[in-house]
Amino acid sequence: MKVQLILATKVKGVITITPEKSLQDAAALLTQHGIGAVVVVNPASQLIGILSERDIIREMAQNPQLSSQTVDQVMTQTVITGTPEDDIYSIAHLMTEHRFRHLPILEDGNLIGMISIGDIMKAQRDMYRGEVNTLEMQLLADDD
Amino acid sequence: MSPIGSETNPLRVAIIGAGPTGFYAAGHLLDQKKIVVELDMFERLPTPFGLVRYGVAPDHQKIKSVTKVFDKIASNPRFRFYGNVELGQHLSVAELCQFYHQIIYTTGAQTDKRMGIPGEDLQGSHPATEFVAWYNGHPDFRDYQFDLSQESVAVVGVGNVAVDVARILCRTREELLKTDIADYALEALSQSRVKEVHILGRRGPAQAAFTNPEVKELGEMADTDAFTLADEVKLDPLSEAAMAASADRATARKVEILQSYAHRQPTGKSRRLMLRFLVSPLELTGNEQGQVTAMKLVQNELYATESGSLRPRATDRYETLPVGLVFRSIGYNGVPLPDVPFHHKWGVILNQSGRVVDETHQQPVVGQYTAGWIKRGPSGVIGTNKPDALETVECMLADLAEGVTLQPENSSPDAAAAFIAQKQPNYFSYADWLKVDEIEIARGQAVGRPRIKFVMAEEMAAAIGKPLK
Repeated sequence: MKVQLILATKVKGVITITPEKSLQDAAALLTQHGIGAVVVVNPASQLIGILSERDIIREMAQNPQLSSQTVDQVMTQTVITGTPEDDIYSIAHLMTEHRFRHLPILEDGNLIGMISIGDIMKAQRDMYRGEVNTLEMQLLADDD
Repeated sequence: MSPIGSETNPLRVAIIGAGPTGFYAAGHLLDQKKIVVELDMFERLPTPFGLVRYGVAPDHQKIKSVTKVFDKIASNPRFRFYGNVELGQHLSVAELCQFYHQIIYTTGAQTDKRMGIPGEDLQGSHPATEFVAWYNGHPDFRDYQFDLSQESVAVVGVGNVAVDVARILCRTREELLKTDIADYALEALSQSRVKEVHILGRRGPAQAAFTNPEVKELGEMADTDAFTLADEVKLDPLSEAAMAASADRATARKVEILQSYAHRQPTGKSRRLMLRFLVSPLELTGNEQGQVTAMKLVQNELYATESGSLRPRATDRYETLPVGLVFRSIGYNGVPLPDVPFHHKWGVILNQSGRVVDETHQQPVVGQYTAGWIKRGPSGVIGTNKPDALETVECMLADLAEGVTLQPENSSPDAAAAFIAQKQPNYFSYADWLKVDEIEIARGQAVGRPRIKFVMAEEMAAAIGKPLK
């Protein structure tokens, strides 16, 4: 299974934020879209970081005065990215091992989407459900 | 007027495409307890079931047993089937909007991806799906020609379609006689002079998409010996590490089986099947008549991407494979539907979780939905489309609850039926199909086969005494 499979049904694309925005803006964006992370982009729409709930929580633990902070002060700057051709199993393994939950997807250097660990879980769940359904149906056919 | 989805004002849904996803979507909709749904399913072919009839290999009859589930869905009095009715030819989206509250597109992925190499269009180079549709009796492919006088064939790809094609090429007449393969294909394959079939995968054995039963089946054919090359099925360090990390026993077993094929000795069978790995076609070359005669291959090595996927990378080692027939099976794309937003690169309808979205603003198009391969791309087994269809149906029901549906001018089923009959008087109903099905099975049973298919709509109509206008 490829990443493209997940992106195909998420055509609305990826939610982004610019680095000078406040953490309050970022938190509002996360809440508005019901997501766990935003990609941080420069004016040329290039990926320069990722800001997740976890980044905000980590900062909150150290600095209760969050409102004055900007996105680029808190975001993760070393971002692992994927491509539509990447294998979902490899990404599931990577997320588990490196303990992250969001992967921006680039194509020819352009940001085209983001997949979350929830997307991966759903794709795997649907695949297993499909296989079980198919096998059950064939077993039942044997009984006829 | 009573609310949409009530007994006196049922939710009227048009389903475009009668493959497994269309039926799964129909099943989910008809299962609703609090909403009354009426379905009209449209299919451009006279027969239902899409790839179950025209894609699943004829020697895999058990997989086709899913049609019993679909028959049950179709027996619901709120379900109607209109076969031989094509969107774009007989009906337009705008016309459907006059009669239905919601439309769902489940048309699947119908075309092969191209290899993009020189010589791809030489005579004897074909998309694998054309061959599959031909041997399965698809009416659009009845008159296609494949040069089975060639002795050496390459099948590019290691997915289940590639494996099906290779297996059908290697089967004996006696093996094929137990299947529902189209009669003309049975006769052509019985005269085949094919002696060698090469299945070509660009990555290694651990990444091959085929399943363990499929690879074992390749090794157990009546008159074909299957082999691998020891160097190609030996695991590279990256694959070894990935397999150790995943503890995936099925993949480990698959690699073991493939490695065992490298140590087999020829048993004197007439045909040879070579399962090749870590090779990519670079070019097809031909003779003066424009017929393919050879394939230039480059050997690959694997590397890990940043996200951990193992990808093939060309080396500087090449080889030339003499072949007279080539089938490519490296992926599939959906075909755009008239007036439906489409993602051309990925070959899917533009959608968000099954809601069709417009190209300009990426906002949902009211009342239009999609499911299955035309929604997410080709992946998984037949049953994978069931949860996929459910996701779309949940969107449909959520939109209905919000009052977001099409506003048909006339939502009466009789009005829709009259309109369709006027546009395509030669439509096939589900009752017509059941008669065709019964006759096909009876014809097959008379000679010990699961069924003998009719191919053309005219043959079916004649068999069931249905006058065509």
